[in-house]
Amino acid sequence: MFSFFKKKSAPPATPASSETPATNTTAIAEPHIADAPSTPETAVIAPVVAEAVPPKKPSWTERLKAGLSKTRDKLGKSLAGLFGGGKIDEDLYDELETVLLTADMGVDATLHLLKDVRERVSLRGLKDAAELKGALKDSLNDLIGPLEQPLDIAGRKPYVIMMAGVNGAGKTTSIGKLAKYFQSQGKSVLLAAGDTFRAAAREQLIAWGERNNVTVIAQQSGDSAAVCFDAIKAAQARGIDIVLADTAGRLPTQLHLMEEIKKVKRVIQKALPEAPHEVMLVLDANIGQNAINQVKVFDEALGLTGLILTKLDGTAKGGVIAAIAKQNPVPLRFVGVGESIDDLRPFNARDYVDALFD
Amino acid sequence: MLDNLTNRLSGVIKNLRGQARLTDANIQDAMREVRMALLEADVALPVVKTFISHVKERALGQEVMGSLTPGQALVGVVNEELTKLMGEKNDALNLAAVPPAIVLMAGLQGAGKTTTVGKLAKLLKETQKKKVLVVSADVYRPAAIEQLKTLAGQIGVEWFPSDGTQKPVEIARAAVDHAKRHFFDVLMVDTAGRLAIDDAMMQEIKALHASLNPIETLFVVDAMQGQDAVNTAQAFNEALPLTGVILTKMDGDARGGAALSVRHVTGKPIKFIGVGEKLTGLEPFHPERMASRILGMGDVLSLIEEVQKGIDQDEAAKMAKKLKSGKGFDLEDFKAQMQQMKNMGGMANLLEKMPGQLGQMAKGVQGAEAEKSMRRIEGIINSMTPEERRKPELLKASRKRRIAAGSGVTVQEVNRLLNQFEQTQKMMKQFSSKGGLMKMMRGMKGMLPGGM
Repeated sequence: MFSFFKKKSAPPATPASSETPATNTTAIAEPHIADAPSTPETAVIAPVVAEAVPPKKPSWTERLKAGLSKTRDKLGKSLAGLFGGGKIDEDLYDELETVLLTADMGVDATLHLLKDVRERVSLRGLKDAAELKGALKDSLNDLIGPLEQPLDIAGRKPYVIMMAGVNGAGKTTSIGKLAKYFQSQGKSVLLAAGDTFRAAAREQLIAWGERNNVTVIAQQSGDSAAVCFDAIKAAQARGIDIVLADTAGRLPTQLHLMEEIKKVKRVIQKALPEAPHEVMLVLDANIGQNAINQVKVFDEALGLTGLILTKLDGTAKGGVIAAIAKQNPVPLRFVGVGESIDDLRPFNARDYVDALFD
Repeated sequence: MLDNLTNRLSGVIKNLRGQARLTDANIQDAMREVRMALLEADVALPVVKTFISHVKERALGQEVMGSLTPGQALVGVVNEELTKLMGEKNDALNLAAVPPAIVLMAGLQGAGKTTTVGKLAKLLKETQKKKVLVVSADVYRPAAIEQLKTLAGQIGVEWFPSDGTQKPVEIARAAVDHAKRHFFDVLMVDTAGRLAIDDAMMQEIKALHASLNPIETLFVVDAMQGQDAVNTAQAFNEALPLTGVILTKMDGDARGGAALSVRHVTGKPIKFIGVGEKLTGLEPFHPERMASRILGMGDVLSLIEEVQKGIDQDEAAKMAKKLKSGKGFDLEDFKAQMQQMKNMGGMANLLEKMPGQLGQMAKGVQGAEAEKSMRRIEGIINSMTPEERRKPELLKASRKRRIAAGSGVTVQEVNRLLNQFEQTQKMMKQFSSKGGLMKMMRGMKGMLPGGM
């Protein structure tokens, strides 16, 4: 199957599709993939990366915990008071409600969790406030557990991942991190600089590409659908495992831009009928209840298959994923807990819950 | 903008309007609804609590008795409290300093600092004729400096070169020096996004602030931000002597609770709001307008301002003259009018700001649809000869067929356009005779290309 595509597009890719202009404008930034580890370029760039990153690398769970520590400090303090002991009474539930609401879980999910916790308490006959914590953790885990579905990229080549999200959610940065993640698994990656709108978005991706030693397909200006098309054809020609397609940030209310991103998906399907294999929405943990709406609108437009939750290293708790799990569940593939390039990891519900409460 | 909150509150208040009087019990219900609505709108919990208690206190007090109906009283109280919460009135940018007046931007990653620098620079350049220099001290994010350079090129202000190997403070000093020597009025300093809990980065921006001594230190906040807006705003407020806040991405459908929280927490005025991805999308923040908007009263003042900004005054004067001189309004003018509408950010944007019912109508008319049919109408008019545009009565069956073929539509659509045009023409006659904007507004209802 793959070799068929390869043969077809092996002569310098000039796809003659009506929706995609010929590739002669396509600039390719390519620090050869093969000699990745030994390229001097990376050595030069490395210190820049290091500057933003604390030198010592604690384990992943520790980092998630550290990232959420502020969250926990606040939650934890209020919870310490809550779970410190004493009886389970209405005041306690009221305070619990406050805690959950301030974690951005939203009214709906909060009420659901409270009801669930109450049921657990009466079923198990819990009396002590300290036991409430376990019940709460179980409830939350049950709620967001179904979102834990790791991305499975096996069996398809190239595996095309399309990114979407509002402005400033961290799409381009996440792409850089994802590229690194897949590389560390021995996969070859190709990036499509599909954000043709924002000033210097292309340059940002090319810079990430250089740091990662990854090929970036970009065009001087023009159409993000065309860039994605070219990228997929190039990936087929070169036998790349994964294509990561960036898109410009857009708000769900900008109808013309939502139409545009639908077109990007259609054109990707033209390049490779079963693609995109994954349509990922990037969510900023700082965002409140609007995230639910973002999931809904992007899901309607594109059919989302996964989420990335970024910027969990701040004081924001990302509790909105509980609301998403309740109202419009989409698998949460990755969470980002830091600035450094490998701070993006697969989501683990139990870890998240633990980091939030312990 | 904030319309979900509007709906929610107007629902609550409608319920209350049906009641004969305000009792402790029914106000309790209303307040619970308001609380939930505010929480769902991402207003921070402490702010919600303060707000609710204020409103309740006042609603149950004497003021209710003096007014006409309890419902009206409550709307009044909620409106006043909302306005109070967001700051009493609009605060302008303060640039009264020995030039260059330095403006420093701060905020989280992805809040929209760089884009806002571009928008603000454009605004200062165009409305206040300032000579603006922009510089980026973001040495971390790849291509952040490049992004500012591109923006500066687009709006035609000068950009001071910096690169990723320099220290932010060094960049800032060099930029100030350059600005002084070349007599710039304003120097805008963009910074890297940072988390409030990142001590090293907060120290860096403190140092930057100390060496720049800016007259304006603006905190840029995403209007979509959730409960954490309180913590972030507080931390930045403690670290830096902020002078104002800019809310970005207000054109999204976020309920914008951050707008309500931030002012309350920092005590600093919200000076601008960012709307839309275009570089013209920066508007002054008007708390009292926002409050009436939240209560479903529409934002007519902003609308009028926008209309004035968007309309080419010369063009309008020319048209007025033409209409007065007795010559009819022709298809050429019809097209020009549509062009003007486009300049104002399209139908959807305008309708959104209309009060109550009209605003609801805007939802019925899909923005994209309206835009599309406007483009189509333009296409049809473009397929006519100048002669035909001046004298639409020339258009008979065979000409219509030609026009339809030329613009890729059916003859029926051409007819529909002509009908619409006739209506507009009638309206224009009224407009030129007597009556003001209100009449025209009413007329616009007919002009909406709903069916096409």
